[in-house]
Amino acid sequence: MTTNHYTLKVNGKEHQVADAWAGESLLWVLRERLGLPGAKNACEEGECGSCSVRIDDEVVCGCLVLAATAVDCEITTIEGLAPEGELVDVQEAFIEAGAVQCGFCTPGLLVTIDKLLETNNQPDDLTVREAISGNLCRCTGYGRILEAVNLAAAKRREATS
Amino acid sequence: MSITIARSLDHALTTLHENPDALILAGGTDLMVQINRGYLNELSTVIAVNRIPELQGWKQQDDTLVLGAGLTYAEMEKSDFAAVAPALAQAARTVGSPQIRNAGTLGGNLGTASPAGDTLPVLAALDAVICLRSAQGARRLPILEFITGVKNNARQPGELIEEVHIPAAQGHQEFCKIGPRNAMVISVASLALIVDQQNKKVRLGLGTVGPVPLRPAEAEEHLSTNVNWAANTVSAATLDQFSTLAAAAARPIDDHRGTAAYRRHAIGVMARRTAARAFTEETA
Ligand SMILES: Cc1cc2nc3c(=O)[nH]c(=O)nc-3n(C[C@H](O)[C@H](O)[C@H](O)COP(=O)(O)OP(=O)(O)OC[C@H]3O[C@@H](n4cnc5c(N)ncnc54)[C@H](O)[C@@H]3O)c2cc1C
Ligand code: FES
Ligand code: FES
Repeated sequence: MTTNHYTLKVNGKEHQVADAWAGESLLWVLRERLGLPGAKNACEEGECGSCSVRIDDEVVCGCLVLAATAVDCEITTIEGLAPEGELVDVQEAFIEAGAVQCGFCTPGLLVTIDKLLETNNQPDDLTVREAISGNLCRCTGYGRILEAVNLAAAKRREATS
Repeated sequence: MSITIARSLDHALTTLHENPDALILAGGTDLMVQINRGYLNELSTVIAVNRIPELQGWKQQDDTLVLGAGLTYAEMEKSDFAAVAPALAQAARTVGSPQIRNAGTLGGNLGTASPAGDTLPVLAALDAVICLRSAQGARRLPILEFITGVKNNARQPGELIEEVHIPAAQGHQEFCKIGPRNAMVISVASLALIVDQQNKKVRLGLGTVGPVPLRPAEAEEHLSTNVNWAANTVSAATLDQFSTLAAAAARPIDDHRGTAAYRRHAIGVMARRTAARAFTEETA
């Protein structure tokens, strides 16, 4: 397969990408071509995690994925976490715990934590810290983020019990 | 620039045969940083190898552990892998962040051949063999012949890293790495200690303290011959000498991550600590 025309499936919807430079990262294509600016760009070198997206079952840095190779898989961004106009438990928990300051790290954290809780809805403190170790926040000092994860985990346990 | 998503090993090798200088893309955690920075604008052909089934996963084959080049750090961290290759699993767990470990691969670490590559000292201590394949055939190189210098390896145009073979060894294994924090840290100095109980041999790999991973032969020899293998104990004097010899074998440089003197010191400390955990220190 050779390309500068390809199709990406993002948040359940197919998007055509045409006339793209083949070296474009998934993060760039999402933000600049597909009008999905939720995933943020703060480093483009895998350090900050603000670009975290889900590809099939795994959270990766969108900036380190060559967009044209992300065909035939399910890409989920922060825009696709909940149906339009609704919030998932992790988003609610972030608001309730006041875990958002400038908000730049928030989308990446939400995608990461949502995936964590899907595999483990009772994570201990160390597990949470390790799970979010690739998501940098320059504002909060993490205290309220950790609180929000606990809150979200409780919501999820309640919802599944 | 054209991109080929290889769906099988054959598909990749044929494409590579037609474009011997094509850029091989695995997890992208090294290459995409270069592409994002605009260093690789001139690219003609990219072959994505992360969908090739033959390069995935790992298996035990008789006395050899066979690792696919596409094995990710996330897979190496898992308990089933940690049970057969504990030091590699420990090294994998220290790489980058969960996002990096989900994408980054063993083959990519070898391809990049950075002195700070975390799997390299472990592969050196494990006597790993790197299996390369091209459309013409296959060849195998011991890890220390494969890594030829700073960010240099013996892969020829048209070749793919296919597998890494590790001979079985029963005994204590450990990986240590120094850096400013636990996550997202490029090594300042790293070390792997492998005990081969059956052959009564201790093998040591040093990372980030030379252009290539190092095997300090004198240190290994000293410890191997002075361990009381029946009791699994070692004297304090042997441990001290092992530490001194390991540190002396390092060939570190000063750079923005640390000084040569600190790195050498760190190797001595890690060598002694890992050996003291592998064998019980005799009380005087
Ligand atoms: C934020 C961040 C943190 C990091 N932290 C660490 C760390 O702690 N420790 C560490 O060791 N590394 C670290 N790295 C570097 C990187 O993640 C590793 O080197 C990783 O193993 C690269 O694998 P990859 O699959 O992503 O390789 P890619 O980027 O896809 O490729 C890397 C190189 O290998 C070649 N290559 C890949 N597969 C093959 C193959 N099958 N055959 C031939 N050539 C091949 C490519 O052509 C390229 O030259 C970090 C990177 C980032 C961005
Ligand atoms: S923008 Fe991708 S990790 Fe920072
Ligand atoms: S809220 Fe500002 S970076 Fe996290």
